[in-house]
Amino acid sequence: MPVQYRGILDEHAQVRRAAGLFDLSHMGELWVDGPGAADGLAYALVSDPRTLAVGRAHYSMICEPDGGIIDDLIVYRVTPERFLVVPNATNAEIVSATVAERLAGFDATLDDASERTALIAVQGPLARQILAPLTDVALEALKYYSLGEGNVAGASAWVARTGYTGEDGFEVFVANGDAQAVWDALLARSTDGELLPCGLGARDTLRLEAGMPLYGNELDRDCTPAEAGLGRVVKLEKPGDFVGKAALVAATAAGPRKVLVGLTLRDPGIARHGYPVYLDPAAEVPAGVITSGSLSPTLGTAIAMAWLPPGSSSVGTIVDIGIRSSRVAAAVVALPFYRRPG
Amino acid sequence: MDVPAGLRYSDDHEWLRADGADGIVGITRYAADELGDVVFVELPKVGRSLTRGETFGVIESVKTASDLYAPVAGEVIEVNGALAGAPDLINTDPYAAGWIIRLRLTEPAEAGLLKDADAYRALIGG
Repeated sequence: MPVQYRGILDEHAQVRRAAGLFDLSHMGELWVDGPGAADGLAYALVSDPRTLAVGRAHYSMICEPDGGIIDDLIVYRVTPERFLVVPNATNAEIVSATVAERLAGFDATLDDASERTALIAVQGPLARQILAPLTDVALEALKYYSLGEGNVAGASAWVARTGYTGEDGFEVFVANGDAQAVWDALLARSTDGELLPCGLGARDTLRLEAGMPLYGNELDRDCTPAEAGLGRVVKLEKPGDFVGKAALVAATAAGPRKVLVGLTLRDPGIARHGYPVYLDPAAEVPAGVITSGSLSPTLGTAIAMAWLPPGSSSVGTIVDIGIRSSRVAAAVVALPFYRRPG
Repeated sequence: MDVPAGLRYSDDHEWLRADGADGIVGITRYAADELGDVVFVELPKVGRSLTRGETFGVIESVKTASDLYAPVAGEVIEVNGALAGAPDLINTDPYAAGWIIRLRLTEPAEAGLLKDADAYRALIGG
């Protein structure tokens, strides 16, 4: 997947107003099967896949025993005893190995299909009308965070109503050998620029506007799901033990060490990953750090996400971002920065 | 690749157009394409003296931030104010409307250290 095809701003706007086509084949695909698959995943992950209805999905995380986040992922339940787990590309191998290890005591097997599976996403308000004529999966009935099995452009596929852009859209899993044909068939449906290929750069600005975390920027082994504002993903009350439970229970009791916030810059400049954040213009020592930042193509202002101390993270708080030799004021704002109309 | 004759080029992808005792400075089409959509240009103050190779500003694109280096020594006598409202001029018209600063050259002979169009084209492989 290239950073850009025609330009990040152009591709970003394309997804917000029409539809973009993304080649996400680098993502991991792990199939977990067996009578113990649901219980095994409930032990391996912080969510409770046992509660998923067949055909539904949820956002989850896999944590270290100390509560640090190994990766964020999506879990799809395709039959009562078969799940699809989709980790990030950079973490696919470690997630595959870790889940396999944690399934040891359960009647379940893991098949890492990452190398033979392609993932093509169609995202944007026109996604459904572009994809619908090419598939026998009933897209209109497919709820957000659901998936269906069927055909797409003649290829056997799983179609999920998930995405990472803040728009309506679909993610299509096919065998590698079918990917090019599916990609071409989708683009051929676009007669007047309704669908155009989009790259990693636009994917990043789209997810940032939508307030979605990126592993390696917002999420890592040094933060807990709750600190990242994703405590709802962790099911501390689910039956049985799970890896990281004791640490996450203790972390909940202790309260967050830091809080992930949204920032809107008040003066020109772009805040980037790693830039320091100060609570007061005279402060010499940073109180926080930028995790991601960009111009928001939709809002036209610079936006960022940052770690701040828990006591200084409420909406309206004014902070200073160290951008090279200057300080640029920014306000803490509620996430997401962008919410799709309707 | 768009590399106009008559300009001088630095290895850092700035161009210099001689204009009497002055030199106008911008970045090349190659550099603009590599940066992608430019969204902000941090400009120096008028009156600042620059030595050859000194950082005088920063170009921010959606992708990345990149320093600007003075291709020759000089005093900044004008900056392109249009870039504040339209930083994308760097992408759309890098050799004309997307100029960045005007220098009063203090070491005019330094222009001879820069590449001509053919040598710059060779540097960027095209």
